Amino acid sequence: MQSNSWVPLFPEQASTFAWQVDYLYFYLILVSVAFSIPIVLAIFYFFVKYREKEKYATPDEIHGSIVLETTWSIIPFVVSMTIFLGGAVIYYNQYRMPAEAMEIYVVGKQWMWKFQHSTGQREINELHVPVGRKVKLTMTTEDVLHDLFIPAFRTKADVVPGRYTSLWFEATKPGKYHLYCAEYCGLNHSGMGGWVYVMPQDEFDNWLAGGGGSNQTPVEAGKELFMNKLGCASCHAAGSGQRGPNLTGVFGTDQKLTTGQSVRADEEYIRNSILNPTGQIVEGYQPIMPTFKGQVTEEQLVSLVAYIKSLSGNAGNTGSMTTPATTGSSSNSNIANTTVPTIPKADRGNTNSGLSSNPNAPSQTTEQTNRQR
Amino acid sequence: MQNVNAINSDFIEQEPKVNYLTNGFTLKSWLLTKDHKRIAIMYLITVSAFFMIGGLYAATIRLELLTPQSDLLETGTYNKVFTQHGVIMVFLFLIPVIPAILGNFLLPIMIGAKDLALPRINLLSLYVYWIGGALIMYALMQGGVDTGWTFYTPYSTTFSNTYVMAVGLGVFINGFSSILTGLNFIVTVHTMRAPGMTWFRLPLFVWANYATALVMILGTPVIAITILLLALERLGKVGIFDPAIGGDPILFQHLFWFYSHPAVYIMILPSMGVVSELISNFSRKKIFGYEFIAFSSIAIAVFGFLVWGHHMFVSGQSIYAGLVFSFLTMVVAIPSAIKMFNWAATLYKGSISYDTPMLYAIGFMGLFLIGGLTGLFLGSMGLTVHLTDTYFIVAHFHYVMVGGTVLGYMGGLHYWWSKMTGKMYSEFWGKISAMLVFVGFNLTFFPQFILGYQGMPRRYASYAEELQVLNIFSTAGASVLGLGLVMPLIYLTHSLIFGKKAPANPWMLPGLEWRIPSPPPTENFESTPIVTWEAYDFSEENGLDLDEARRRDLAATV
Repeated sequence: MQSNSWVPLFPEQASTFAWQVDYLYFYLILVSVAFSIPIVLAIFYFFVKYREKEKYATPDEIHGSIVLETTWSIIPFVVSMTIFLGGAVIYYNQYRMPAEAMEIYVVGKQWMWKFQHSTGQREINELHVPVGRKVKLTMTTEDVLHDLFIPAFRTKADVVPGRYTSLWFEATKPGKYHLYCAEYCGLNHSGMGGWVYVMPQDEFDNWLAGGGGSNQTPVEAGKELFMNKLGCASCHAAGSGQRGPNLTGVFGTDQKLTTGQSVRADEEYIRNSILNPTGQIVEGYQPIMPTFKGQVTEEQLVSLVAYIKSLSGNAGNTGSMTTPATTGSSSNSNIANTTVPTIPKADRGNTNSGLSSNPNAPSQTTEQTNRQR
Repeated sequence: MQNVNAINSDFIEQEPKVNYLTNGFTLKSWLLTKDHKRIAIMYLITVSAFFMIGGLYAATIRLELLTPQSDLLETGTYNKVFTQHGVIMVFLFLIPVIPAILGNFLLPIMIGAKDLALPRINLLSLYVYWIGGALIMYALMQGGVDTGWTFYTPYSTTFSNTYVMAVGLGVFINGFSSILTGLNFIVTVHTMRAPGMTWFRLPLFVWANYATALVMILGTPVIAITILLLALERLGKVGIFDPAIGGDPILFQHLFWFYSHPAVYIMILPSMGVVSELISNFSRKKIFGYEFIAFSSIAIAVFGFLVWGHHMFVSGQSIYAGLVFSFLTMVVAIPSAIKMFNWAATLYKGSISYDTPMLYAIGFMGLFLIGGLTGLFLGSMGLTVHLTDTYFIVAHFHYVMVGGTVLGYMGGLHYWWSKMTGKMYSEFWGKISAMLVFVGFNLTFFPQFILGYQGMPRRYASYAEELQVLNIFSTAGASVLGLGLVMPLIYLTHSLIFGKKAPANPWMLPGLEWRIPSPPPTENFESTPIVTWEAYDFSEENGLDLDEARRRDLAATV
């Protein structure tokens, strides 16, 4: 299984999925060989044994056989169902996100990967993770489709503009592994990659503590945006009589909409509510919120989502055992008093001109204050 | 009636006749022809030219990948090269190759008709194909396109500043050529069959083309719509696929694959039809399980429309949608397996000759077996998460598209070459090239399965150092494969001038196409044949004068 042989056959197994995927792979190779050998042998045997002995011979006709046809329909079907089920189980493991996981936010852009840990550390094209812990990546992109692919972990997921996708893994072996972009994304697609460093927990804690340009955690950055820079708190802070719903405790609950449907308030819903506020209005509220589209970057959005999640006590797992990020919902009441009733749209545009940049114009995007959670 | 159509009556007296090639020599007589055979020949020339261009792009790709660094080409150029390789091979070669060349030429003859039901529409389809092809070539010469043949949004709509719209328009126009051909085939099979040519007496090549035609007319409009929407967004800035202006990039993938998965069957089904012919005819044995092969084609055509989501297991579609698509993918594998078993069973107790077309057919079975089985790997979701977008998938679809479609086409082209041109090709060089293609193909693409499992992503101009050895194997194999595919170009062209004159029925086979002179007269049949025999009946009672053929062979050897 080592990849340092002359012709490497398998990538290293470095996650809890690796052996599952490899076993399924071996099973399929076994099935393939088991099917191929009889067919190929039969073809060769017939090919040689029944070769033309006399020109224009007229062998006896054989019309076919219902018994044979049924057999060679049903057996492959049954075998293919085992392949389907095996694949489905593993897929379910790969794509059903664990409840408790250390969260890392990922923003892809042409042609780099930007990561931020929940403690605030940022990395580009390198990802440090501890061994033996579930890690969940919440991913989006500033421009085109990308795909985060770590062969040693046997997992990948597309990163889609305008929405969050997620990926999780639990590394099992310290080491340095390839990280690729697997969805074609333009000029330097083959250069959009780097390395994943899997470290023992104590080394990882040291790494986290040792800087990496940490300033604010995503939650802190989101809080700042929420309270001050974007003025969300003017409508959404705790206290009655606000135009917008109080967001404390909202994350992860089901919200009843004016259309009568209900929706789970997840990352995607929060993101949509910021960018397209009138799309899904919660029952009892008016569609009066202006859109923030074009005024927040992907990385700021990630911070806002992180902050709103934290209002529900969902602080996430910070990665470090020692520095849990707990920004409680208690802190917003004092800010609520400083509320400016309604910020006219033009003003907001001005206030934020330094922050906003079109998330779809990557060349103009400067590294913003925050990303994350 | 049988005697009228018997073999010997034809090939003795065919000399003085004017055939479809000698019936007019002016350019106009070709460009304004309504003869399905002449149209097929014009398709043959154009499609072959596109195949060569696509092949040159393939050679360039393999040369670049000889070393891990991006050194032969700039990365941007490499991106254009693989895109254009894909666009040309898929839209201008694989989709039209068998239906438009072999189908056009043989489908009317095989059912005993004078021409296709709509000859003018047939000529129109050729012109539409030329316009689409010319537009694509124009775009390539202006600077090309770098989106990948899949045109995924929002890269193709907002970010790429290459000739996306020109190529898109070319593909759009080209689609109408497919639709017209498909329409023509369906109408022809329904209305033009000769008396006695019942549905279950149809050669399996006709069944396969019929199934293909169904997919063409049902699927192709979807790609046309998709490209229109893409144009609307790229030129009109209407938000359809780009989330920045309110669109959904996943929608594009759904629409694209709703056509492009069935398009895979447009490419492989006709080839399966050719192989059914070859296997049966070159073992002189009635095809085993005729009805099962015929209906498995239809089953593939129908189920092929329900599995597009298996291209999107990692794109963020829901787990449950993925489960359904994975299940249906397993189901669609069964008809292909049924064909495989029936072909193998046909050989049993046959009288097998090792002529070039048969070598290609056997090669097809080997490669399609691997292509099909690795399809199961990719249909299995847990495995696909690791394998998709890597070289594993590149290897898989080349096994199906080259190992399947190209080998089937080459087999068919050799098989019917004497009928189409009236000349015999060199059997010796034919066999050599068939074997080179088989060996070269495996050497090129088998290492790519391993590269894929290693995690080498596709569409990469540079790759990790440790993967170089396998890439060298692959490039070496590509040279052998290239040689194997250039050789037919030479010896087939050579045969046009220096080849032996072909008898009407060189192999003494019972199909209707072998009961008319080589090359056929413009009207195909002197009088409408009346079919009294089942398909693949090799007995003398079926009008095959085998004694005469033996005498003929004896005379030839003396």
